[in-house]
Amino acid sequence: MKDYSVVLTNVTKIFDNEFTAVDNVSLKIEQGEFFSLLGPSGCGKTTILRMIAGFEDPTSGNITLNGKNIIGTPPNEREGNTVFQNYALFPHLSVFENIAFSLRLRKEKEGEIRRKVMNMIDLTKLNGHVDKMPSQLSGGQKQRVAIARALVGKPTVLLLDEPLAALDAKLRQHMLVELDTIHDEVGITFIYVTHDQSEAMSISDHVAVMNEGEIIQYGTPFEVYESPVNAFVANFIGETNFFTGTVEKVEEEYFMLDTGRFGKIWFYKDMEVKIGQEIQVSLRPEKVKVTKEKPIAPQGVKINILEGIVDETIYLGSQTKYTVAVGDHYLQAFKQHVRYLLDEVIITWKDRVYVWWFADDSYVLREPGGVPVEE
Amino acid sequence: MKSKRDFTGFLVSMPGILWLTVFFLIPYIIIIIYSFLTSGIYGGVELPFTLEAYSKMLINAGYWQILWRTVWISMIATLICVGLGLPAAYFIATSKHRNMFLTLVIIPFWTNFLVRIFGWMVILGRNGVINSFLQLLGLKEPLNLMYTPGAVILVIVYMYLPYMILPLYSAIEKFDFRLIEAAMDLGAKRTQAIWKVLIPSIRGGIGAGVILVFIPALGSYAIPDLVGGADGAMLGNLIARQLTVARNWPSSSAISMIFLLISTLGLLVYLRINKVQSKRRVQVGETYMKEEED
Repeated sequence: MKDYSVVLTNVTKIFDNEFTAVDNVSLKIEQGEFFSLLGPSGCGKTTILRMIAGFEDPTSGNITLNGKNIIGTPPNEREGNTVFQNYALFPHLSVFENIAFSLRLRKEKEGEIRRKVMNMIDLTKLNGHVDKMPSQLSGGQKQRVAIARALVGKPTVLLLDEPLAALDAKLRQHMLVELDTIHDEVGITFIYVTHDQSEAMSISDHVAVMNEGEIIQYGTPFEVYESPVNAFVANFIGETNFFTGTVEKVEEEYFMLDTGRFGKIWFYKDMEVKIGQEIQVSLRPEKVKVTKEKPIAPQGVKINILEGIVDETIYLGSQTKYTVAVGDHYLQAFKQHVRYLLDEVIITWKDRVYVWWFADDSYVLREPGGVPVEE
Repeated sequence: MKSKRDFTGFLVSMPGILWLTVFFLIPYIIIIIYSFLTSGIYGGVELPFTLEAYSKMLINAGYWQILWRTVWISMIATLICVGLGLPAAYFIATSKHRNMFLTLVIIPFWTNFLVRIFGWMVILGRNGVINSFLQLLGLKEPLNLMYTPGAVILVIVYMYLPYMILPLYSAIEKFDFRLIEAAMDLGAKRTQAIWKVLIPSIRGGIGAGVILVFIPALGSYAIPDLVGGADGAMLGNLIARQLTVARNWPSSSAISMIFLLISTLGLLVYLRINKVQSKRRVQVGETYMKEEED
């Protein structure tokens, strides 16, 4: 028996009798883990968070926090605290008083309050800002105050609602690392809601990818990225190439798919397939290689080789993103620049190239649906 | 450039300044001068200058009684307006039909002020709506609702409540209700969240509402005149009586000066509170400017 922090069982939330925001979601969040709810805006992730916090009641289903049923328990009596998207700092209170808010409500002793608030100030590196008003803080500092304020009362779960959405990219990276450090130090469960897949991937122990009120896939960031269950997940978590077609030949390790637009291609048989079956496969662009010379397959390894013309290049410094036209269709390929200057022959716009990849670098999508297949 | 802009600003504000000078400042100066003159036999004023109007007022117990009554009636009416206005404004600001409710708040203004007071006389009178209804239920003697301080307070609250609701509404409407959620999330009950977060955030609106109700209430004339009777008379009635019945112009001018003093004091207290707040804000802001953002 594992200790679960938050468990949702068949939770459904319908707003105004017509809009189903959350549709029969079941979820187990482990004690002390960093868990992310990831999905596009309007997918229901914030509604789930608000139901755990107590701001919304589920239409049906059950939620437990540390084994206790919390349906009907008002937010002020729940052991979870929230870091709000807009920080929601009290504008009339100083940084100190904002953080001390929950302690004052509990009528703790002045000395205790001071000690606990100062601990939080240290943890969130807010030293020197103690007496400021929220209006005098930068976005990153407000964020820290919001985190300190939520953590000072020692909740067992910290709920974070897109906490970094309002920060610029560089600061976001910085705050992510700090969030991770804080999580390690306080050791409580963090439930993090975001639409940014890179945020969720970089710090989560587990991720649940949501769309239209449902959890599409649950797993570690690695699982979700490398083995997406359907086209939606594959497309939402990073970029990808899709192949669809009917199975034409099946071998022990590989099968051949007649994709039509790219011809007949070998894929790794990571699940049982039958001849004549309709199948969709995802291939991550960083696994696709672009070269001017025709590659030679190593012994015992199947590779797919297509010929095409470079249609577009996007140079990003660390890597270049290529779009290669194979006939009338396009393939994405990312090339990491691991060597400076000596990085082989420079490939550019309108070059004739070979696009190729190891047949076992693809993943067969288990479920239909998600995004349109044709580009 | 700057002086040119100043000059334009001066020109633009000229009509307003002129208006206030001719119809407000000069009359007030006249009243101040009158209050130090001697009363004429048939009304009006005569020389010499004297402090008689003030000194007579100070030793007159009846005057002190009315002054005190004016202040407490206004204060109680203002407090009741806050008490009624806060929940009403909160309700309107959080309602989906806020425009409809706002219209409802303003609708009474479409009816003449005096007509509305007469309306209350019909309701409160000895043979009025309330007493008729109570007698129907078996009450023998009709209640004395009219011509009491209570009636004055009731009608003042009725008349000036919209002036409380509107500024409160505009303050609450700007309030970020997620702060209530944040407070509840941190352990506050709903009422605690409202007291500790909502009320401090809208104190500007409360202050504006208090001023907008308290000062007109102090200056009430028609309301106490029509529903107040002898027990409900206020400063405004005293001024009028001194002017029209006693024909003592210096005395009514002196009472006007006292009235001006009280309302100015109230305004100063309000401005003082506001100033302390904004000054503190500026001070913390300055220390902030010296430090670098991280």
